[in-house]
Amino acid sequence: MNEKVFTAQSLTKTYLAGEVAVHALRGVDLDISAGEMVVLLGPSGSGKSTLLNIMGGLDRASSGRLFFKNSELTSLDDGRLTDYRRRHVGFVFQFYNLIPSLTAFENVALVTEIADDPMRPDEALALVGLEARMHHFPAELSGGEQQRVAIARAIAKRPEVLLCDEPTGALDSKTGILVIEALLGVNRQLGTTTLIITHNASIQDVADRVLFFADGQISRIRKNEVRRAAAELTW
Amino acid sequence: MGVLDRKLFRDLRRLWAQALAIALVIGGGVATLILAAGSYRSLDETRRAYYERYRFTDIFAVVRRAPKALVDQVAEIPGVAAVDARIARLALLDIPDFAAPATGHVMSLPDIGEPALNLLYMRLGRTPEPGRADEVVVNDTFAKAHGFAPGSRFSAILNGRKRELTIVGTALSPEFIYAVGPGDIMPDDRRFAVIWMSETALAGAYDLEGAFSSISVKLLRNASEREVMTRLDALLDRYGGRAAYGRKDQTSHAWIDHELDMLSNMSRTLTPIFLLVSAFLMNLTLSRLVALEREQIGVMKALGYRNGAIVLHYLKFAIVIAAVGVAIGSAAGTWLGAHVTRLFGDYFHFPFLVFAKSPDLYVIAAVLSFAAAAIGALRALREVVKLAPAVAMQPPAPPRFRRLLPARFSLDRLVSQPIIMMLRNVTRHPIRASFTVLGIAAATAILIVSLFLSATMEHLIDVTYFMADRQDATVSFVEKRPRDVVLQMARLPGVLAAEPYREVPVRIRNGSIERRIIIIGRPRDADLNRIIDIDLRPVVLPETGLAISSILAHILGVKLGDSVEVDLLEGVRRTLSLPVTALVEDYFGIRGMMDAEALARLMREAPVITSASLSFDQNQREAFYAAIKAMPAVSGLGLHSTSLANFRESMALFITTMASIYTGLAAVIAFGVVYNSARISLSERARELASLRVLGFTRGEVLWILLLELALLTLVAQPPGWAMGYGLAWIMKTKLAGELMRVRLIVESSTYVLASTIIIAAAVFSALIVRARVYRLDLVSVLKTRD
Repeated sequence: MNEKVFTAQSLTKTYLAGEVAVHALRGVDLDISAGEMVVLLGPSGSGKSTLLNIMGGLDRASSGRLFFKNSELTSLDDGRLTDYRRRHVGFVFQFYNLIPSLTAFENVALVTEIADDPMRPDEALALVGLEARMHHFPAELSGGEQQRVAIARAIAKRPEVLLCDEPTGALDSKTGILVIEALLGVNRQLGTTTLIITHNASIQDVADRVLFFADGQISRIRKNEVRRAAAELTW
Repeated sequence: MGVLDRKLFRDLRRLWAQALAIALVIGGGVATLILAAGSYRSLDETRRAYYERYRFTDIFAVVRRAPKALVDQVAEIPGVAAVDARIARLALLDIPDFAAPATGHVMSLPDIGEPALNLLYMRLGRTPEPGRADEVVVNDTFAKAHGFAPGSRFSAILNGRKRELTIVGTALSPEFIYAVGPGDIMPDDRRFAVIWMSETALAGAYDLEGAFSSISVKLLRNASEREVMTRLDALLDRYGGRAAYGRKDQTSHAWIDHELDMLSNMSRTLTPIFLLVSAFLMNLTLSRLVALEREQIGVMKALGYRNGAIVLHYLKFAIVIAAVGVAIGSAAGTWLGAHVTRLFGDYFHFPFLVFAKSPDLYVIAAVLSFAAAAIGALRALREVVKLAPAVAMQPPAPPRFRRLLPARFSLDRLVSQPIIMMLRNVTRHPIRASFTVLGIAAATAILIVSLFLSATMEHLIDVTYFMADRQDATVSFVEKRPRDVVLQMARLPGVLAAEPYREVPVRIRNGSIERRIIIIGRPRDADLNRIIDIDLRPVVLPETGLAISSILAHILGVKLGDSVEVDLLEGVRRTLSLPVTALVEDYFGIRGMMDAEALARLMREAPVITSASLSFDQNQREAFYAAIKAMPAVSGLGLHSTSLANFRESMALFITTMASIYTGLAAVIAFGVVYNSARISLSERARELASLRVLGFTRGEVLWILLLELALLTLVAQPPGWAMGYGLAWIMKTKLAGELMRVRLIVESSTYVLASTIIIAAAVFSALIVRARVYRLDLVSVLKTRD
């Protein structure tokens, strides 16, 4: 078995939405190995995003422990969490979250400027097949293209983990498949541990493991003996 | 250029109109500071250079007749650097084709060389040949007022004899930058001349060979003015010397001081307001920017940008705007400052202008502006730090609105939904709403400050020229005359009434505070010159004691009934203690008044007069003027209506210039505040407004919903704006109140109305600009984007 990247022990998260207390995570235990491709499935509010945010250092657990390799993320302060994100994590979001006033190239450069050993922005864009569109502003790109820019931005710093929250949620199936292809390519070529949250059950077939979420907990884990290629997906 | 800087640059380009509006307000503050302080320094520096190069005197004294040998003794007084003795007399002038009598201040020029002090700056021609009794140099402004050039002629009555004089040159003098004739408040270039002629000739005319009647002293750097004056007085006493006085009591110097004070006060009062307003505009705009970009901030944090880097990014936004403001303000301030300096330089007839270089002013202005911008940015920056990345990337929770009233008191039936939306919006952002109100109120206040002066001046004119001094003319005599002379005056052609006055120079003192003033002895039943008390009622002078200007009472720290010490500076020098029995509301100079009989008893003299107030029939003006010109005892004639016209003219210069500059700046503030608020509401509510359009609202209705809030805030801001304006005007008035001139604060209702009208116009103008944006609102794209 490969080296463990993440180890979660009894993670919980409770937060206030307006005046209601929401128990987003109710005790999650989990190991993720290096280079793994993991899909997180489950209904809205089942805790997938919360777990991903905590793993990415965007949010804090209310209790429990989470390790990234040997360091305990749950004990880090804000400054160290920022450092952690800066060095090790790439994010891809459903709504791309590109900076509208920067071009595709510049959006990627936003990361490469602060990373230790980044690839060149054009290299990263080439990996997602967007080298021809790199001087366009987000408003001039289609949704799929914008999402691929977001992926290029996420991987440009050669992160150890890539966390994707509904990366195809806003896309039609054809462009969605292109995006999944890009993610798989990165996982294969760079060996990046990749976690993908999705509502789309058909995506599960590309993963090594599938985690099913319900009510703030992992209800089931499925291991795929054979991973399908993105081109074989339909939805 | 880093990627974040590129973002900054594009953000600024996108928000250029809002950024420019803020920059303009900052620029307004910078311009005010540089304009007022810069022109003050230039004019002050000009005056200093003029004084220094033309050796303006420190101490002045007048004697009846003193031997020239005394000059050496004066020079030996410790602390004296230079002495100049000359002959100086007042003389009535007769100018061809000019009916009214004019007054000349005639002074001697040494036959050999230049005077030791108060040098002349020759504009045209030359100085008189030694001994030539008909050649004179006159002050440039008098020559210009009459179109005189070297070769022009007029006549003067010197020591009772009329002489033809020929102008051989025109000149400027540091002593007469502000040339005011006897009995006048304001310079009248047509009716007052400064005349220089050969010493031998003037001594011959006044039988003053080997003697002088006026002495000027320049002090060494560290000399005590007070001590030299005391010694000088002791030397001059037996030659009929009136007490020496310093620059503070010299009319020309004191007036320029006063006007320069007005300039520098402007900058101190108004600059902080501009900076305050720009700080909260920055606050509004940047807070909004941060709120709109919370997702981007979240992403940057998610990508690993540290708080410091993101804060710096937004701080740079504020700094760039401030820098643009400083640049605009510096340019405008420099230009306006040079304009104002020239305007005042012309008005004062300075022979040259020194434009003071004030790099420190620009530095101060820049530091203050950057500080204001940074303080304004503070709240937004704190918000940036506080945003947690995960939270930042989710849309903000829908804002919580509150019902304005408990549910059972429904407003629905009383007011329309748009009005309810507007009211809820205002109550949801109470801080922002109050900042907006405060900003608009500040603009109204600045307008009131720049507009109030004219009503205040009208009040001053009303009290001074119509309630108190109601004579048509004031006749001054060369020497004191028996009181019966007034009967003679009453019989002159056209004269309807004549009242006698006696003026005695004194020093008035309470404890260590002392001032030099004139005490005017007046007839008990005086009706032409009335005394107006602080309640603006004419009052009868008490039989005993002294009535003094209320500001003098304030300076001395005395109340009605207190006693003051008075040194008589004429006749037998004595020191007396007199009770203050009335306080006088007057706006020019400081003075004392007494019953004429009581003053005569104090002076231990038979009733005498030094001037007379007259009213005359305007139809017989020519005959009256001719009669006055024929009276050798008369040294000057002050004309009431001319004085008023001159006063209006000189005030108009100051008031119109300043009012137009500051009105422009206040309009910039109003525009900046309203435009920024409108743009912010638009960006916040674009989705809401687009939804309304989809529901079938017209563009006009949607615009109305957007602007209703601003209309309300603009109107609500007016009353506090009036109050702030009144307060600022009061501060200005108080700072400007001096011994030379002061005003009672009058703010007419029309001033409030005008100020509010200008502000509302500026608001409407910004609404029109925003209208174009609302009309362009792209419904589909607004609704498609995530909130």
